[in-house]
Amino acid sequence: MEISYIPLFAVLVSLAAVPFILLSGKKPNLREFWTVLAGVVKFLLVLSLLPGALEGKVVELTLFEIAPNLPLKLSVDTFGVFFALIASGLWIFTSFYSIGYMRGHGEKKQTRYYASFAICLSSTIGIAFSGNLLTFLIFYEMLTIATYPLVIHNESKEAISAGRKYLAYTLTAGLLLIAALGVTYSITGTLDFKAGGIFGDVELTKTMAVTLFMLFLGGVGVKAGIMPLHSWLPSAMAAPTPVSALLHAVAVVKSGVFAIIRVVGFVFGPDVMANFGLNEILMVIAGITIIVASLLAFNQDNLKRRLAYSTVGHLSYIVLGAAMLTPLGLTGSIMHIATHATMKITLFFCAGAIYVNLHKQNISSLNGIAKVMPWTMAAFTIGSLGLAGVPPINGFVSKWYLASGALQGDMIVPVLILIISGFLNIGYFFPIIHRAYFKKGGEELSKYGEASPFMVVPLMGTAVLSVIFGMFPDLFFHFFDMATSIASSVFNPQ
Amino acid sequence: MLDFFMGHYAYWFTIIILAIGLYGMLMKRNLVKKVIGLSIFQAGVILFFVSIASKHGASVPVKDAALPVSDVANYMNALPHTLMLTAIVVGVATLGVAFALLVAIYNRYHTLDEQELLEKIQ
Amino acid sequence: MIGPDLPALIPFIYLAFAVLIPLAGLWKRELSYGLAVLGTGLASAFSLAGFINYLSGGETIRYLFGGWQPPIGIEFVYDGLAAFVILVINTVAFLVLIHSRHIATAEFPHKKIAYYSVTMLLMLGFNGMVLTGDLFNLYVFLEISSLSSYALIAIGEKRAAYSAFRYLIIGTVGGSLYLLGVGFLYTVTGTLNIIDMHEMLPQVLGNSAVITALVLMVIGIGIKAALFPLHGWLPDSYTFASSSSSALIAPIGTKVAAYVLLRVLLFLFGAEIINADLPITEIIGVLAGIGILFGSVMAIAQSELKKMLAYSSVSQIGYIIMGISLANPFGFIGAVLHILNHALMKACLFLVAGNLRLKEGHSNILEFDDSYRKKYPWTMAAFTTAALSMVGLPPLAGFFSKWYLALGTIDNSNWFLLAIILISSLLNAVYFFRIIEKIYLKNPAKENESTGTDIPRDEVKPSMLYPMAIMALALIAVGILNVYIVSAITTMFPAGF
Repeated sequence: MEISYIPLFAVLVSLAAVPFILLSGKKPNLREFWTVLAGVVKFLLVLSLLPGALEGKVVELTLFEIAPNLPLKLSVDTFGVFFALIASGLWIFTSFYSIGYMRGHGEKKQTRYYASFAICLSSTIGIAFSGNLLTFLIFYEMLTIATYPLVIHNESKEAISAGRKYLAYTLTAGLLLIAALGVTYSITGTLDFKAGGIFGDVELTKTMAVTLFMLFLGGVGVKAGIMPLHSWLPSAMAAPTPVSALLHAVAVVKSGVFAIIRVVGFVFGPDVMANFGLNEILMVIAGITIIVASLLAFNQDNLKRRLAYSTVGHLSYIVLGAAMLTPLGLTGSIMHIATHATMKITLFFCAGAIYVNLHKQNISSLNGIAKVMPWTMAAFTIGSLGLAGVPPINGFVSKWYLASGALQGDMIVPVLILIISGFLNIGYFFPIIHRAYFKKGGEELSKYGEASPFMVVPLMGTAVLSVIFGMFPDLFFHFFDMATSIASSVFNPQ
Repeated sequence: MLDFFMGHYAYWFTIIILAIGLYGMLMKRNLVKKVIGLSIFQAGVILFFVSIASKHGASVPVKDAALPVSDVANYMNALPHTLMLTAIVVGVATLGVAFALLVAIYNRYHTLDEQELLEKIQ
Repeated sequence: MIGPDLPALIPFIYLAFAVLIPLAGLWKRELSYGLAVLGTGLASAFSLAGFINYLSGGETIRYLFGGWQPPIGIEFVYDGLAAFVILVINTVAFLVLIHSRHIATAEFPHKKIAYYSVTMLLMLGFNGMVLTGDLFNLYVFLEISSLSSYALIAIGEKRAAYSAFRYLIIGTVGGSLYLLGVGFLYTVTGTLNIIDMHEMLPQVLGNSAVITALVLMVIGIGIKAALFPLHGWLPDSYTFASSSSSALIAPIGTKVAAYVLLRVLLFLFGAEIINADLPITEIIGVLAGIGILFGSVMAIAQSELKKMLAYSSVSQIGYIIMGISLANPFGFIGAVLHILNHALMKACLFLVAGNLRLKEGHSNILEFDDSYRKKYPWTMAAFTTAALSMVGLPPLAGFFSKWYLALGTIDNSNWFLLAIILISSLLNAVYFFRIIEKIYLKNPAKENESTGTDIPRDEVKPSMLYPMAIMALALIAVGILNVYIVSAITTMFPAGF
């Protein structure tokens, strides 16, 4: 273990940008410069932690005790870096995209938007680097509150009711998490994350273990969108698209699944999970969520809502992988955090570009738009094929490992679920692509062109990333290496 | 059974007085009568304290040359009496504040009947 | 630096200023405000010095009045817990009185002298209740503070006098029941000194007088602390009193009563003796739990901000009493920490209500809209901070008292109370986010296109702004630094923990 202040800086840098963003509210260019600057600095700071993480080093920083024996502790392990890298990297893309989207759409209160966004990112990195559950809880609640202004951004009735729903779900979840933490603390006397679990020496009864696990699941499951706790997510699509793209496809919901993997692998540990059949509970929930969410996605005519249901389904891939309790399954699950992130953010970017450019948000009105927005639709096609699991896009890689993980544990049902869901994915994405490319659009389309480069460049960028990481998962950031080493640390704790 | 009642008669008196006071506060519609009930209630507590100070065959706690102080059985317990002097003062102050409030209420609403008062307030 | 006279000095300051203010007022009326602030300021400075002295290893100071040794004489016991509570109540009173200047001028310009003089008496009563080591003396201070608070509550809206009268009747009954309980204890132990009596109680265990006394005292103090179902007096009193009065009494009054309950239950009796005959702590815990839910639900139903805050007080006081009823270290920490947290939060919120009343002339939640945010950005920011803390979001102060209370319930395996803590946090969220949503989002201009002009900033005066801002900042500081406070609280445990 070594001590370093880099994790703290990485968390705080976007928080430090908030005053600058607020003060330069009257000068949009300067304000957005701060956002981008904070994003780049944050990414570089996280990147500087990567070499250590690859070697399996853990960087720790204990700030001070926030409650007796419970310090505010940042602890950067491989998993933390993995998640932080994705969130901070995609924030840069989103920052540029936001500029295009917010200006193109003439949104009001952009200063509040950028400030909240920066706080969200701080919280997300804080979640990634949390060294114990209490620190995690603090950042988790911070994220809840900071996301609220973004959900209700356009202040319409719909947005406000979505905001209420969002708060109702996430605050309840926070309380369940508090209860779970309290019980855990009184049983084990610690709240630290430890690969392989912290219940090792404790005698648990079955009722206790199941209750505690359900409390945890209620706590983190809301953000992870597992059914029946998912319904805030489609409503939260009332937010501006960059928010849906980064927060509701990457930062917030991935915090949820990140937390589930933490709970499975670092709090309970595979042994306790298996002993009390907790993995089966998790697997059933995840399996149902995957299938039902994919089916519900068919029903949605609103493009963003369809994407939201698709997100719900894909988040449960990750949960399913964690529930398998096999090294390959966990590897696939962790990989899917990264791969789903690049693909889904691409899709949301596309949806936003279409909305700003053509003012269309319903799938039924997308006829022929590929002619006017060829780049956007190309990216959209890549993203949706990737989610369906078509090689060489990165969605294939994670699905492959998920399926191998299931076979490693001699489980057939998860494989079937993955296959069925793959077909369902094709089923609900294909009509969109079909309309865009092969149906004839209305006359009014001819007066539009491609969306602003501020939007097209980021969305092409994330689409290209999806392809690159699909072919070379270890390029640049060694995502695959990291995923394998996290999985092996959970199953073979030192 | 009778012994039980007779042996604790001071307590029963206290309870009766407290009950009368409580009845006044709860059941009377006139606010002044409520204050009277309150006063009776306090008197009940005061009498209780005085009663617990009494001893058989003892004198009041005023020094008497004929009764040596060294033998505590000669005098009643002086402490509850002195405590009750303070409690009486507190009670008087409470009455003062209560009546001041009643004056204020009367000046505003021109009634001290609770029912009428509530109607006027609504 | 800290003399042995400190315990007597702090109440004496209040007594002196209570006399000084009317005298100075004869000469110049405006002096009363300055003197009141000076008095509370001095008292809080001494309390701070005393608390620092305690933290740096100071012993419990026992001040003997007239030099009479207890149990014959009356003593003030300045131990860690008393030092802590004294500091909290005096500092909050100091800030609230600074804030009261413009409200006093607007709401009761001709009663200023009386008002400030009575506040000094009120604080004398509260300080005495906290410090005294004698049960009868406690009754006297209880009545001093109660009589002052009846008077303060009566200064206010039209209905204030009637709600004060109701409080007077109920409050006096409470005081009398407490006194009756003390009488029963005196008959069996022959002493009134708390420490002395604590040593004697085990010898008279099983005597029916002890259990009667306990029940009477709990009911009596419960009325003062607004323990459900004895809370009936509270909502009206806090609502119709002047904003300054409710900001002073709401955060402090019920807290001091809860502190007395804590002293009586855990220091005088001790958990084992209380539960010897009846499961008193469990009954109190259940009542507190019901009170928490009841207060929260009623708060949701209110449309008047002050009344909502009053019901919220009923619910929050339930947390403190629940912590006491757990009778374990975590519960104790939670209760004592919540005394501090809730005093800060509720004072801050009542000050916001006061600001709105002064500026807008009302505090009706239904009429709140986003012009408030533009007019009073800092007031609203303070409100939001305090509200989030009430909901219990980390790392704000409110979260940590709930955290320790939750640990306490888990230690006792009391899942019922744990569930109540969680549910009530959610209810808190409902009634606070309802307001937050209005002040940040409800835009009357959108529904009614005619008024689209920019609303200029119209923030309150500094004397009103800073006390409120300090409290809001203190909520963040207390939250982040709570471990220092908690480690201080762990030195205050009653014997047997």
